[in-house]
Amino acid sequence: MDFNGNLLKKLTDTYSPSGNEERIRNIIKEEIKGYVDEIKIDALGNLIARKKGNDKKIMVAGHMDQIGYMIIDIDDKGFLRFTNVGGVSPHIALNQRVIFENGTVGIVHCEPVDDMGKLKLDKMFIDIGATSKEEANKKVSIGDICVYHTEYYEDENRVMSKCLDDRVGCYIMIEALKQLKETKNDIYLVFTVQEEIGLRGARTSAYGVNPDIGFALDVTGVGDTPKAKRMAVSLDNGAAIKVKDVSMIVHPKIKKLMTEVAKENNIKYQLEILEYGGTDAGAIHINREGVPSGVISVPTRYIHTSSEVVSKNDINDSIKLLMKLLEKEITL
Amino acid sequence: MLLKRLTEANGVSGNEKEVRQLIIDEIKDYVDDIKVDKIGNVIAFKKGSIDSPRVMIAAHMDEVGLMVTKIESSGLIRFTPVGGIDQRILVSKTVSIGKDNIPGVIGAKPIHLQEPGERSKALTYKQLYIDIGAKSKEQAEEFVKIGDYIAFDSKYTEFGHNLVKAKALDDRVGCSVLIDLIKSDTKLSFYAVFTVMEEVGLVGAGPAAYHVEPEIGIILEGTTCSDVTDVEPHLHSTKLGNGPAISLMDRTTYFDKNLRELIVETAKENDIPYQFRKTIFGGNDSGRIHIAKEGAKTATISVPCRYIHSPISVMNKDDYTNTSKLLKLVIEKIETGGVL
Repeated sequence: MDFNGNLLKKLTDTYSPSGNEERIRNIIKEEIKGYVDEIKIDALGNLIARKKGNDKKIMVAGHMDQIGYMIIDIDDKGFLRFTNVGGVSPHIALNQRVIFENGTVGIVHCEPVDDMGKLKLDKMFIDIGATSKEEANKKVSIGDICVYHTEYYEDENRVMSKCLDDRVGCYIMIEALKQLKETKNDIYLVFTVQEEIGLRGARTSAYGVNPDIGFALDVTGVGDTPKAKRMAVSLDNGAAIKVKDVSMIVHPKIKKLMTEVAKENNIKYQLEILEYGGTDAGAIHINREGVPSGVISVPTRYIHTSSEVVSKNDINDSIKLLMKLLEKEITL
Repeated sequence: MLLKRLTEANGVSGNEKEVRQLIIDEIKDYVDDIKVDKIGNVIAFKKGSIDSPRVMIAAHMDEVGLMVTKIESSGLIRFTPVGGIDQRILVSKTVSIGKDNIPGVIGAKPIHLQEPGERSKALTYKQLYIDIGAKSKEQAEEFVKIGDYIAFDSKYTEFGHNLVKAKALDDRVGCSVLIDLIKSDTKLSFYAVFTVMEEVGLVGAGPAAYHVEPEIGIILEGTTCSDVTDVEPHLHSTKLGNGPAISLMDRTTYFDKNLRELIVETAKENDIPYQFRKTIFGGNDSGRIHIAKEGAKTATISVPCRYIHSPISVMNKDDYTNTSKLLKLVIEKIETGGVL
């Protein structure tokens, strides 16, 4: 399977923090429009693409948004104070370069702090090189959000980039769609908004789609780095089939379906239990009267930092697994 | 005055009856339909003269307060909070208990009897009680029973330069602004929803939005204002007198950018002062409204109020007037289209 590095680079290079997903939505829309029958955008901004069929209605969700920092104050000297959009740690933010939608670049730093262990966002600021409030105001406004500013990098089998959470999920959905053969299933690919701030887009889009079965595509943690917290997921061990996380316990029939499809098609997979975090499937599985749902996760190192790391082999396994699931005639 | 009557009425979460009745009496002649839903929300519909998107404007009727949990043999009353209250502010405050408004005062062991360690710590609920002047459990039970609601007892007072102090400005101020709008002439049709139990987890707003199915939601609030001494400027959530506070984001919602922009533009065009709510702490009914069913675009406009969730909060009358004016103009802007 060829790896479409250009597409993944384009997806991760695109600015789209939670609530500001317009840019990534336009790119994805252009990318998929030749492969689906209907496209709509709902009130919160979810991109809902349908490939019509008359069997099971399957919703596949990957989130378009990424974490960021929102400006809440600009001081007289032009320094910006900020708060978090999504789950971030002050220590990870420190000394990172950030970029705003209009291309303004800044550096995150902090006031002198006695105990760095107690560093809080309140004590931190962003320097965009402005020398006064007026000058800063020409570049940014209160409410503007910036994201990490790091370059995409790939080698033979690794990809390193910001916001692979969850552009890699979007990438897998797009590539699976392109390679999809005939299927009877009624497929809704939903590129969701605002996952990082509470699975919000998945909730309203699931209500609208009203699926029989749900799948989310997202990243998951790993336990394969030096002295890592115990977790039986590693890079290069294949697509991770979720068993449980904080947002859900995967329906046993879905777990069985997913592992069987992986085995039937010789797709490398590993089982995943994540003890922190959740995914859009957490919102989908309790939609309306309940939706049996599962998750294909991409094992990812350094999630929510400026350089997340994934394996191309795992990505390709995930694409294949999603494709085979969508092609399958499913009886639960 | 309406805001005086609204703030002096008691409506601790789950016990909004008095406030609800006052609101219904106030608006019933100005709306085309009004009903109280199963959970207690007031859902009123005002029909306009033009095709309108489904607009829901919401303010919550409830306020934070306390509830009776136990009556001691001494006749003193133990209690628990309803909604988020800083327990350090409670001692020595006067309260009003139950539907007969039995007066009481929150007391604690006198300072000379407290151990040195106790003196340096804030009093907790366990150390506080309410004294209603009863000498025994039996005597207290003639007036008060377990489960009775306890409201703060304070009067609406105007003071200083254009300021108001009153309890429950969060969110009677929102209710009052919404009532102003209902009484004005609008071409746009809209649902005016007065919700219950916001302070105990945005309880009423979900069912209300499920019923109304709004495309656009505007939430009116009395919000935190921390422009006080010892707070660094970048931590001032809002400033008194700087105009209506427009929300960017809070724990429950990332507010729709386009709707926010429409509100900002409206303020600018009409020379109405405005500010952004510069914190993401807290949440409001929008958290339920914007994710109900297929979702809605929402915004929040608030009157800044110092000392909210206490027996006495403070607002600026100009902020109130400007919020009311801004809301009216925003509705007119939505009338001319282009939001959805």
